[in-house]
Amino acid sequence: MKHLIDIKDLSVEEIDELIKVAKDIINHKKEYSHKCDDKTLATLFFEPSTRTRLSFEAAMLELGGRTLGFSEAASSSASKGESVSDTIRVVGCYSDIIAMRHPKEGAPLVASMKSTVPIINAGDGGHNHPTQTLTDLLTIDREKGRLDNLTIGLCGDLKFGRTVHSLITAMSRYKNIKLVLISPKELEIPEYVKKDIIEKNNMQYVETTDIEEYMGELDILYMTRVQKERFFNEEDYVRLKDYYILNREKLEKAKKDLSILHPLPRVNEISTDVDDDPRACYFKQALNGKYIRMALILKLLEIK
Amino acid sequence: MNIDSIKNGYVIDHIEAGKGMEIYELLNLNELDCQVAIITNAKSKKTGVKDIIKIDRNIDLDFDKLGFIDPGVTVNVVKDDKIIEKKKLSLPEKIVNVAKCKNPRCITSVERELDQIFILTDKEKNVYRCKYCEMSLK
Ligand SMILES: [Zn+2]
Repeated sequence: MKHLIDIKDLSVEEIDELIKVAKDIINHKKEYSHKCDDKTLATLFFEPSTRTRLSFEAAMLELGGRTLGFSEAASSSASKGESVSDTIRVVGCYSDIIAMRHPKEGAPLVASMKSTVPIINAGDGGHNHPTQTLTDLLTIDREKGRLDNLTIGLCGDLKFGRTVHSLITAMSRYKNIKLVLISPKELEIPEYVKKDIIEKNNMQYVETTDIEEYMGELDILYMTRVQKERFFNEEDYVRLKDYYILNREKLEKAKKDLSILHPLPRVNEISTDVDDDPRACYFKQALNGKYIRMALILKLLEIK
Repeated sequence: MNIDSIKNGYVIDHIEAGKGMEIYELLNLNELDCQVAIITNAKSKKTGVKDIIKIDRNIDLDFDKLGFIDPGVTVNVVKDDKIIEKKKLSLPEKIVNVAKCKNPRCITSVERELDQIFILTDKEKNVYRCKYCEMSLK
């Protein structure tokens, strides 16, 4: 039995296969609508994330399956002090696969060690969120037709942004990826990501505080939100949250076929005047999230 | 006790000076009822001073724990007054319940019954990371 806890749990070949299946689902929706007729997905959200939970539930429903679960710790047995392992063993009796989000880092790994059904990490604190990374990869693949030979700008909170770290990790396995790391000094990419992932894999990179400096070279611009919960003081957050606001004007020098991604929800970092630009892909990205989760559910349930 | 000779047991040699007591405590040597000697600041040709621990019993020594605390030590295994083996230690791949994860966001901070597991992720820089949250030790 396989789980998905960390994007590194999947080989490049497995990721390619998931992308292939997701694209097949997009083109042949009807053929997949009864694949999970007798299966149940449990969504255990010890921390609320409506967007991610709905994406998982939509994915299972479109495969013909059922869903059950809870959306916050207060309505679960965790509020009575039950351990993750116990909760997972009980829920395993009622479901065939579990998507779990938890505020504590490593909780899904603990769950997978005791679970009788496959576990999908739907986010563990600031640590991993592999289905977001799969969503990003499917989006890049669909927009660009490839996952190698790309110049990718990553903009915003590169320090705490786990989606950025996971995406860099995932991209490090493809050929000729250039990174443009755009952030304020305070939210720079951490040393260990630079040393252990970027430099170790000989990825080319530049760092800048100016979003426009390398705009003309980018194939992908991945925007991120500065997350309030990562800051200890309000002042720093207020000062940094609107550091980058992508608008039409800043896109003037950008390539015609640039793809703008954002894991959503956004706050102010992408002005709404960009939404109608054909280069804006973030809503398509949300839709891709459902398809890649459908492919993942099929893979983990070993349904062809 | 004649600290120069033990019959059956171990001489843990070349301990970094000052780490003898730490090893004594972490290996729970205080719980043994056999003779245990800790020699601190002994003369060493290599490093000037060193600590040495002698244990006069063939106990089940936790080499992983020992290697983690001080990978530079040598363990002489003594049988019938003779050194039958000299073990050079190195950093273990994995340590269990030796160190605690200090990340307040780690699952181990709320679920205390979980084993504290650290994995050696970088052999050149001696980096251990928590199995659960991947935060590095130290
Ligand atoms: Zn930890």
